[in-house]
Amino acid sequence: MQATVSSVSLWPLIGVAVVIVGFVLRFNPVLVVAAAGIATGLAAKLPLDLILAKLGTGFVKTRNLPLTLLLPLPIIGLLERHGLRERAQGWIAGIRSATAGRLLVVYLFIRETAAAMGLTSLGGHAPMVRPLVAPMTEAAAEKTHGPVPQAVRDKWKAMASATDNVGLFFGEDIFVAFGSIVLMQTFLAENGIVTDPLRIALWGIPTAVAAFCIHSARLIRLDHRLPQDIARARAAEEAAK
Amino acid sequence: MTTLLKLDQLFLLTGAALLIVAWLTWRDRSNPRRWSSGLFWALWAAIYLAGDVLPPIVSGLIVVMLAALGGLGGVSLGKHATREPAERQASAARLGNKLFLPILTITVLALVGSLTLKDLHLGSLLLAETKNVTLISVGLGALAGLAGALWMTRERPMQSVREARRLLETMGSAVILPQMLATLGLLFTDAGVGKAVAHLATDYIAVDNPLFAVAAYALGMALFTMVMGNAFAAFPVMTAGIGIPILLGMHHGDAAVMAAIGMFCGYCGTLMTPMAANFNIIPAALLELKDKNAVIRAQWPTALMLLTVNVILLKLLMFR
Repeated sequence: MQATVSSVSLWPLIGVAVVIVGFVLRFNPVLVVAAAGIATGLAAKLPLDLILAKLGTGFVKTRNLPLTLLLPLPIIGLLERHGLRERAQGWIAGIRSATAGRLLVVYLFIRETAAAMGLTSLGGHAPMVRPLVAPMTEAAAEKTHGPVPQAVRDKWKAMASATDNVGLFFGEDIFVAFGSIVLMQTFLAENGIVTDPLRIALWGIPTAVAAFCIHSARLIRLDHRLPQDIARARAAEEAAK
Repeated sequence: MTTLLKLDQLFLLTGAALLIVAWLTWRDRSNPRRWSSGLFWALWAAIYLAGDVLPPIVSGLIVVMLAALGGLGGVSLGKHATREPAERQASAARLGNKLFLPILTITVLALVGSLTLKDLHLGSLLLAETKNVTLISVGLGALAGLAGALWMTRERPMQSVREARRLLETMGSAVILPQMLATLGLLFTDAGVGKAVAHLATDYIAVDNPLFAVAAYALGMALFTMVMGNAFAAFPVMTAGIGIPILLGMHHGDAAVMAAIGMFCGYCGTLMTPMAANFNIIPAALLELKDKNAVIRAQWPTALMLLTVNVILLKLLMFR
């Protein structure tokens, strides 16, 4: 690193290194992030009180982030107490053609098209996946294959969350008024490059379609592999006993 | 002009609820670490209730204490009085599809609110803070949905706080991770991490060949997003470092295509990193999965295949 003749300091990368090493060695993520913050500050030669002040200001400034997770919790908890999961599972068990994979393909389609129309709050992990999508996926798997072992159940629950993420990410960016398109256009404009936001949105469509096809294909494939997955998980459970 | 609904009111509401959670935890004898767990929720409540008036250095100390309590196992679970499966089945049969209504209320009000509240006035009174319309709409939806759920289930409001505490405790200290990571992102920017990465990227990557240049830009977006946990932070750095000088300047590509697909390469990175905690770690906690990286495990094949497709699309569409 000393060999490069430049005025750019590479010391702040210490924080990045702390994050990577911390996550790879599976230390508690909250501790890793706090340590990385302090290391970055020290590497930038900031005094300790200024590092603390920066941590504090940042944490207060970003307290809007957890709200979409926190605000629905009382409702979800209350409804779960009164049988929301059971109702969602009963409903999906009544639909003859429903399988776990097909259900998630439908959810992916709804989530992605809604996001592409700017309706990003339709869906989400707290209001949709935990109370509805994940239990429905489990019920759909059980309906066709009988009791499903915990390992397979967890795999499909994780897939339900993954489907929500894929739908949101690759849908929202083809909506013209979405923040990231504004960000891209203003950044390019600051550098003297004129672009039309509508064209940025349109050129996102091929990737959005590819995302839907790739993820759907994986879901359908997982559907077909479900009997083997169940057999393997049962064998592993037996072996553990 | 005065404003009726502000984000600050949601902060106060959240803070008050967290304070009740802290108090319930302190009284919960079934929790082996009730004092430190309660302290954790109370400190987080303080950030919501008094964040604006606390000196930054005090908030900073609170962050360090939260990290220490959360990171060293100070936050633990109590026993929660849940109902028997049979009771829940009976209630599900009785209430039927009405159970879905409160959730629908959150979603519909959040949608309608974010579309209409923006410029609504009553005389000189602005109805909602313009820049926070989406969050305020989610808040209104949550309140209306809660009122409906309480009426339908004939429960007391306190029960809903108890249920929220049950869900918070199952997630544990991971709930503060998104906020911690966003703070780290701000600190990275201040310390010049972006500049250092851009410097490495442009100095050490051979980019004369258009395919290599495209691949360097796409992979750089994905990798830098994985480190920062946020594609928005990666875009300016990679675009200034490789995109504008090489892809546009040297190879005369189409800027709109580069931006659109480049950002999506970043999103592929988001799917593969624990740094994007609110998308990848929080759901695993919320779904009570044993493996906290289970969502990333479910996502990475989609992300890698899509990243490959993106490199091909960039190469084909940018240089038509």
